[in-house]
Amino acid sequence: MMETPSGGRAGVRDAFPIFARSFGGHPLIYLDSGATSQKPQVVIDALADHLASHNANVHRGVYALAQEADAAYAQARERVAAFVGAQARSTIFTKNVTEAINLVAYSWGRANVGPGDAVLITQMEHHANIVPWQVLCRERGAELRYLQVDERGEISLADLQSELARGDVRMVAFAHVSNVLGTINPVAEMTARIRAAGAVSLVDGAQAVPQMPVDLESLDADFYAWTGHKALGPTGVGVLHGRAEILERMEPFLTGGDMIAAVDFQSATWNELPYKFEAGTPPIAEAVGLGAAVKYLSALGMERVREHERTITAYMLERLAEVPGLRVVGPPEAERRGALASFTIEGMHPHDIAELADRAGVCIRAGHHCAQPLMRCLGVSATARASAGVYNDASDIDALIDALLAGRQIFQLDDSAS
Amino acid sequence: MDDLYRDYILEHYKRPRNFGELDPHDLEALEHNPLCGDELGVHIRVKDGQIEDLRFHGHGCAISQASASIASEELKGMKLADVGELDADWMIELLGIPVSATRRKCALLNLKVVRGAVTGDHAWPA
Repeated sequence: MMETPSGGRAGVRDAFPIFARSFGGHPLIYLDSGATSQKPQVVIDALADHLASHNANVHRGVYALAQEADAAYAQARERVAAFVGAQARSTIFTKNVTEAINLVAYSWGRANVGPGDAVLITQMEHHANIVPWQVLCRERGAELRYLQVDERGEISLADLQSELARGDVRMVAFAHVSNVLGTINPVAEMTARIRAAGAVSLVDGAQAVPQMPVDLESLDADFYAWTGHKALGPTGVGVLHGRAEILERMEPFLTGGDMIAAVDFQSATWNELPYKFEAGTPPIAEAVGLGAAVKYLSALGMERVREHERTITAYMLERLAEVPGLRVVGPPEAERRGALASFTIEGMHPHDIAELADRAGVCIRAGHHCAQPLMRCLGVSATARASAGVYNDASDIDALIDALLAGRQIFQLDDSAS
Repeated sequence: MDDLYRDYILEHYKRPRNFGELDPHDLEALEHNPLCGDELGVHIRVKDGQIEDLRFHGHGCAISQASASIASEELKGMKLADVGELDADWMIELLGIPVSATRRKCALLNLKVVRGAVTGDHAWPA
């Protein structure tokens, strides 16, 4: 757990009211931030304050209250864009990462991918970055190809280079940080090669933005998507950053209110960026909440957040190695991964591992983590996954290890049989 | 002793009855638990309108494997017409442990597979 930016004695955990709760007599030990983060009081307050004092629809009202809502929504966009080094004009609020990727697959993909073309993704993608491309390729007669994940849980730049050299790749879409392996992909090195080959890049930053400094100027991706609820913000708001000149040329994804310039009986013209891609009433209060979340993260300092996550990951890997029969997937070094560890234990199914952890108040996830193709590559049907956030410390990892060892006892597993 | 992971549950999990392949067989089905990606299949041999023999195959958690193992012993010799009548309560009672809402599908997967093979009804048992 980090200290507060002011260096005060209270830890970061105190800023998150949910940690006042207990389960079955145990304090809440939350190690599922990869699924969704907990929310600091400042985010909850920002949401409540917006709804209590500044609520009106955006873009249409002339009255003072509507202007306040407009200003709050615009400020949220400015903050969110600045947080990752992007321009507000090319920062689109969506529902989540899934919608952001669907937007690109639909609006950019249908205009730019055709028969004989290829879309390249990796074997470590979340279903959100697989299925939209499957649908696009099937519809357009294009080929969907995969960069292989090696035994370390990494992809190779040489493989990327040889795929690009085939000359048919139009889009390369990949995770910044894998939600299963934890692998941090070399985004800047990849986007440079993709651009040089004349292809377009999309990066799924869902697991990266909450835990490390992300500067889109240096990463230089054509599209970068992330979501609010994993970054201490509310559910219901995701973010898509795009290169402005590409977004300008794209047709809208969803159509209707707010995204138009003018509507005639038979036709319409489109609003300017970013509104062209925000049909209907947007997630206003949620965006305001996300604005408060990135302000809070900025105050913590993302370099310090990353250092905290690296430290806790190293400790997690070290302690997990003490559990007999436990195998961690993904890169062995904490420097090369985000703050999560997926693992299996010989003789215990991941669902049972998660159930037994819950007995001690420890929340971890079990299943395929929406990455079934990767599970197949790893030769497992499921894993258990512990993922950390700014509010975790070494004692949370200790509680997890104690719970896993107790679980092995319940399952009557022999400690020598590792 | 643990409420859920009782000795007989773990015993069935570690040494499941009637697991493997059954060839030749008359009926078969394969189902997935979308929650966790687990899969369970069944081969059934029929004689005189009854389940003469059956084998489950696949992988899953202790609850799903033990449920299939325990159910397999009851299903042998059962009339096909009666299999369609089996409901979720039958399975949960047979299992004899408190199954939470999140683990319910683990316990019911085997019945879903068997009913699918016998009746063609692939719905989750109610």
